[in-house]
Formats: sequence, C-alpha cells, structure tokens
Amino acid sequence: MPEPHRPDTPFDAQGAALDEAVVTRTDPGRARSLSSDAWHDLRRNPVFVISALLIVFLLVIAVWPSVIATRDPLYCQLSRSLEGPAPGHWFGFDTQGCDVYTRVVYGARASIAVGVCATLGVAVLGTVVGGLAGFFGGFWDALLSRTTDVFFAVPLVLGAIVFLSMIKLSGIWPVVLVIAALGWPQIARIARGAVITAKQNDYVQAARALGASNSRILLRHILPNAVAPVIVMATIMLGTIIALEATLSFLGVGLRPPTVSWGVDISAASDGMQFRNAPHILLYPAAALSLCVLAFIMMGDAVRDALDPKLR
Amino acid sequence: MTPGAREPILEVRDLVKHFPLTQGIVFRRQVGAVRAVDGISFELYPGETLGIVGESGCGKSTVAKLLMNLERPTAGAVFYKGEDISRLSGRALKAVRRNIQMVFQDPYTSLNPRMTVGDIIGEPFDIHPEAAPKGARRRRVRELLDVVGLNPEYINRYPHQFSGGQRQRIGIARGLALNPEIIVADEPVSALDVSVQAQVINLMEQLQDEFGLAYMVIAHDLSIVRHISDRVGVMYLGKIVEIGSDTAIYDHPTHPYTQALLSAVPVPDPQAREGRERIILTGDVPSPANPPSGCRFRTRCWKAQERCERQEPPLAVPPVLADRSGEVLHDSACHFAEEKPRVAHG
Repeated sequence: MPEPHRPDTPFDAQGAALDEAVVTRTDPGRARSLSSDAWHDLRRNPVFVISALLIVFLLVIAVWPSVIATRDPLYCQLSRSLEGPAPGHWFGFDTQGCDVYTRVVYGARASIAVGVCATLGVAVLGTVVGGLAGFFGGFWDALLSRTTDVFFAVPLVLGAIVFLSMIKLSGIWPVVLVIAALGWPQIARIARGAVITAKQNDYVQAARALGASNSRILLRHILPNAVAPVIVMATIMLGTIIALEATLSFLGVGLRPPTVSWGVDISAASDGMQFRNAPHILLYPAAALSLCVLAFIMMGDAVRDALDPKLR
Repeated sequence: MTPGAREPILEVRDLVKHFPLTQGIVFRRQVGAVRAVDGISFELYPGETLGIVGESGCGKSTVAKLLMNLERPTAGAVFYKGEDISRLSGRALKAVRRNIQMVFQDPYTSLNPRMTVGDIIGEPFDIHPEAAPKGARRRRVRELLDVVGLNPEYINRYPHQFSGGQRQRIGIARGLALNPEIIVADEPVSALDVSVQAQVINLMEQLQDEFGLAYMVIAHDLSIVRHISDRVGVMYLGKIVEIGSDTAIYDHPTHPYTQALLSAVPVPDPQAREGRERIILTGDVPSPANPPSGCRFRTRCWKAQERCERQEPPLAVPPVLADRSGEVLHDSACHFAEEKPRVAHG
C-alpha cells in the first residue's frame, strides 16, 4: 500500500467540526473495545455499584452465614412459637419457635444457589438452543424449535413435581437440574428471535464476505447484538425461579427441612391464619427474597445498558 | 477505456441463481422458482469500473452476492484469474476473499453497532492474520482511516457517532484493509445525501487510481454510474440486455429498455431538454417467478412483434452497429436494435 495521504477535500473541515462538537474523552493511543468501555461505564454507574455491593453481601452471607448470625437456625423452642420481636431476636420467632433472623440469614445459601445456578443453566441452555436454531435456520431451526415447543408444553410446576418425586434425592442440585431442564424454552424463543433479527444485518454479510467463520460471526457479531433481551428475561426469571423453589418446597418435593431456605420459610408461613396473627414470619423471608431479586434485576439492567454504545 | 487484449481479472459465465418457491411445512415441495439471475455473462478487467444498472428487483444485488460467494449459483461460474471461485469452500475460498471485497449499500446496518471503528476496520486482520503482523495492525487501521479521509483519532468511536457519509467511508476502509484487487459496491451511495454522494464517489475514484482497484458498481442512478464507470451493463429481469462502454450505452443505446431508462434521466439544461423525446413505459415489471417467453422486455416494449415472443434475442453486436467501430460497438439483446436519436442526455 502506498503512503497514506490526506485528501484536500471538504471532509477534513467536516471532521474538524465534528471533533469540536463531540466531547472527546478518547485516548487514541490505547485500543478500546466494547467490553473495556462497558466496564469503564459500569464502575461509574451508581445502580450497578449498589446492586453489585448488595449481591456481594448476599453471596458472603450465603457462603459464611455465621458472620452475621451467631445462633443455630435449627435450634427452636416451641414455647416461643410465633412470638414477636424481642431483644436479641429482632425478627421474632416462627411457628416452630425458631429465630426468624437466623433462618433468613441461613436461608440465603439455598435460595441464591438454586436461583443463580438454575438461572445460569436456563440462560445458557436457552441461548445455545435458540441461538443455533435462529442462526442455522432451515432443518436445524425446525428440529430445535419443535423440541422447544415440546418442552414448552410441559407445565413447569407439574413437570418439576413429577421428576422430583421420581428421583427422590434431596438437596439443591436435583431442584436446580429440574428447573434448568424445564425452564429454558422461554429463553430459547427470545434468543432465537433476537438472533434472527441480528442475522439479517449487513454487518453479518460483511463479516462473511471477509471470510469470518461461523463461530466468529456468532460470537463477535450476533451474540453481542442479541444478548440484551436474554439478559432482561434471565434477571426476571431469577426471581420467578427462587419463588418456584419456594412453591416446590411448599408442595414437599423441593428443598426439605432441615434444609433452610427462604422458600421453605415462605411456604411454611403462607397460612392465612398465621399471617394475621404473626405477619413477621412471612414478611422477613419475603423481604429478603425481594431484595435479592431486585439486586439481580438492577444489575442485569445496568449491564445491558453498558453493552449498548448508543446509550452512552 | 476499451478492454483490448488484456486478460480479464473476473469473468462471469452464464451465471444463474434461482430461489426455489416451496409449499407445505413438513413435506416441502418446490412449486416454482424466482429467477433472480438468469444466465448472465460479463468480464471485469483490472483497474476498470463496470457499472450495472437496472430497476429494483432486476437481480443486481443477487449478482453482487454471487460474486462475493455469499450465495451459491444455481448454474454457471465465476472465474477469478481463470479459477472458478463459485464452487470453492473452506481455506481456498477464504484465500480468494482477500482479493474481492465488498462495500454495502446501507452504512447504517453494515457496521456492527457494538464494535469500535478500530475493531471494525481491524477485523479483516483478525480473520487473515497473515495480512498484517500483529504489532502493526493498529497502525494500519489508522492509516486506512486517513486514506478514506477520516481523522485517525476516531479509532475508538462507535458507528453511531458518525454521519452516513463518514460511515460509508468506514465501510470502504474495511473493504480496503486486505488490499483487494476487486471491490464490489452494491449501491454504495444510494443511502446518502446527494451532497455526500459526490464526496464518496470521488473518494472511490481516487482510491481506484491510487491502488489500481477494479470496481463493479451496482446502482440505479444512471448519472452516478456514468460518472464512475468505464463500461456499463443494463439489467432487466435477471438478464443483461445491453452492455458496452459508457459512451456506447449513454450516447448510442440500441436496446429499447436502455433508451427508456435514459429518457427518464432528468436533464438540468432547459435548452437540451426541448428537443428530447421521453419514453414512458407502461405496465409493471413482470414477476421473475414467471418471466415472459422470448424477449423478457416484450410485454412493455413498443417494438414488440410476434418474433419477440417466440425467440429470445441473443446478447450480441446488432446488425445496425456492425459497420461502426471503436467505443460505439457493443452488445445489445434486441431483435430490432437501432439507435434512437434524442433520448440520450448530455
């Protein structure tokens, strides 16, 4: 290639004008990319900082609940059943006379583990299936979309009850696996639509004309432009999944005592009579659940916005 | 510029692209085909510009996609330096792509909104690492920005921060990155403002002189095609109806369709406009799924006779031009080809 030149046409002036108009915060010496720009923005976004701190806090108490709760969540005194807040027991006592505060803290582990793991499973499975169906189209689209429809037809709660009562294993992993295996079709449909929309853009053709491989086109061009609706859907599903864990626990097929989880406590407290007499046993675990879901939704929102350069 | 005895860099032979029309969901059966491109042949010589004009839906863009190997032809072949590239795949295809690049019509969808300009123009080097050593890529991208008349400091910006014309320059820089010999430009300026169109066209001409590029420019704007092209092909319903040097096509058109197209070009000079005859075509373009027999233009042609229905006119030098020479001599696919004075502009 010959020496680069500077054409003496009017667009130089136009370029200079743009330089002044747009506030430059560019250090052209350093290469920037979408991810580094997004990280730069996120660190300055209060919504992201607050939600990240909240999530870190929730993760810390999920891993080391004893840091802020010194009692044993399984030590209960029936004599104090449904008693209100008392010194040293700020959230009161539940039906069994266990300390509600301790149980809310210890419940974080199972609830967050089920919520986060199942959501990750659902998001990854749904994105892969929907993405491949949308990208390859034709036969693969027909096969994967019909498979999605079959799974979509199985009601989530009913399917989970059937599978969980069949496998008869306790602990959180069966619950995570069943929710992930049955919950992905929603994400798959959204991902498929988003991929089909992104695929039709000329920049995909341009990448192909340059000789880009399918995996490069999918990962560099289609996924970044199709991931926003999946992030939104997944963060909303996180709340639904934690609530679903509660439903399954209530029905006796999810987590079982002695496992402590928000869901177990919420279902145990969901009796109308008890709620009238002692609302605190429902309110505290429910508030913890809402706070956790809110934190993830805020984080998802902030990440989605940071990945869209047009919103900067 | 007449091709003379030079070897063509790109040769298209009897290229056909039919898109099947299917019915049924589970058991698909083909009920017909849209004949987007139906047997076209032309050559592109090094350093020249071939313009392809025609109205919407005549198959111009499909030709571009076939040349770029973005679609596989139903029949026919595309030879690049004597090698049929339309059946290549994998490594061999990737190697050929380095030499044939494309500039897209719409600068608003041809640049990935989530990549910086540096990443967009640098992507060709990621895909073809042999094209530039790793340490030099960033510098090459800045050079390319400079070559297309953009400030190299814009390297970290995103496409939405640029105007349409600037975006099209980014698209051109991406096309130039691999130092190709051929650039296929599909309506490179039709999405831009008129004032910016001239800038981009001039930039393309300047780059052609600088790097010895061969262009195939597809457009529906006859004035732009005349301005940039050495040779022009006119397409109608998937076929080339007339092809020749720009002088031949614009000043001595013999095909009725070319004459009708030219008579529709607005002439800015009122004096020249007076003695001019306007040909107004009636009817619509027939469906490419069910084209007319014989000559495809006969349904809208004022010269059509029974012979046109029966026999398809070959694309060859018509008898009326047989005794002419030089630039005027060109191919026209009409049984009754003749020059018609006072339709050409300028």
